[in-house]
Amino acid sequence: MESTLDIFVKAIFSENMIFAYFLGMCSYLAVSKTVKTAVGLGAAVIFVLLVTVPVNYLLENYLLKEGALSWVDPNNATWAEMDLSFLSFIMFIAVVASIVQLVEMLVEKFAPALYGALGIFLPLIAVNCSILGGALFMQERQYTSIVDATAFSLGSGIGWFIAIVAIAAIREKIRYSQVPAPLRGLGITFILTGLMGIAFMSFMGIKYGGEKEEAEDTTQTSSIELVDDTQTNK
Amino acid sequence: MSEVAEKTKAPKEPLFSKKNRKLVTDPLTDNNPITIQVLGICSALAITVQVKQAVVMSLSVLFVMVLGNIAISLMRTLIPSRIRIIVQLVVVASLVIIVNELLGAFLPDVSEQLSVFVGLIITNCIIMGRFEAFAMANKPWPSFMDAVGNAMGYAWILVVVAVFRELLGSGTLWGIQIFGSNLPGEEWGLYKVGYMNNNMMILPPMALIIVGVIIWIQRIRNKELQEEH
Repeated sequence: MESTLDIFVKAIFSENMIFAYFLGMCSYLAVSKTVKTAVGLGAAVIFVLLVTVPVNYLLENYLLKEGALSWVDPNNATWAEMDLSFLSFIMFIAVVASIVQLVEMLVEKFAPALYGALGIFLPLIAVNCSILGGALFMQERQYTSIVDATAFSLGSGIGWFIAIVAIAAIREKIRYSQVPAPLRGLGITFILTGLMGIAFMSFMGIKYGGEKEEAEDTTQTSSIELVDDTQTNK
Repeated sequence: MSEVAEKTKAPKEPLFSKKNRKLVTDPLTDNNPITIQVLGICSALAITVQVKQAVVMSLSVLFVMVLGNIAISLMRTLIPSRIRIIVQLVVVASLVIIVNELLGAFLPDVSEQLSVFVGLIITNCIIMGRFEAFAMANKPWPSFMDAVGNAMGYAWILVVVAVFRELLGSGTLWGIQIFGSNLPGEEWGLYKVGYMNNNMMILPPMALIIVGVIIWIQRIRNKELQEEH
């Protein structure tokens, strides 16, 4: 069982949205010309991911998943048999689009300064693959609690932020280098992203949460014993 | 009066006029959705480890894009411009649900490998981009041609990247072994003389680098596309 910290750190580094799954590449390439705009978009992505993934988690677990509707009437088997998961795409994208709209209005009303910084990026985010991707990964990996799902969404957002700010910084500097003319702009950005991806892959071998491990060992063994007990009881 | 004018004007443009053919051929090279417009990269790179996945993905995108472009084009006068993004998303999402169910039923193994990326066709920027830029302002037939052109432009890049990655990364094409077998103990073909697969090609970053090289080659051939910085 992965700990929440594992999920969080993994989402930032070894399962980075950009470098491992290429999610949100369109806006990543389009808005990474200067660090300032990159920070704005990155912050907006963190924010929206952090809001939409937990909402979609609740939707998935209390509405869409097979047996998720059993809370309506625990005694009635027809509710428990219901499987609405084929609707998940349309539900998720509706949630994302409406939350983006809502967030935009709320930010405009209550934090005008933040709106000035994020404003133009928020509508872009509704069609950013990383937001819907976050929801779909959450569904596929079946996180056991909403805390894990939130940790995953926050980690993914931070990972995306790091990636776009890093590439924007490199692109600002690369203007002073002699890049071959046909590679300038898009071509070199692709290759740089590839190289950064290789660098990020070195995080894959890390065992996360090493310090906590010893403390957890005892709890783990006890939980295993508990499981054994229940099995023998059966 | 205007009706008469339209009626006489309509047959002037044949189905495969030069303009309409250009709609298909342009996105293949000089206006390619991936290498020039930089749209739809999100899902394009992750599923190019095997040619089969890339072809299935391309066909799915072709299906969604053609039907979606026609649907949006038919509805273009009915959609209020304020909520057009939501309408477009609903159209794409419904089509993607159909694709997902079909893949799950007929190609379950490929469907499993593609995992979330079928769902991510919804936010594929090419599709939204074509809806917004073309189908909202054009009649169904040109929209159909435009959709075919852009989907094919997307498809050929995907397949080229997949051919390189599968051939060099796993030594196979469409699952068929090209360089011989590398089973330990029973090597034959190139593997017998010491050839090894480049496992690097299977990793995600190589897809980016291959696309970077394709862009490079394209811009050497067409100098007009080169950027200042």
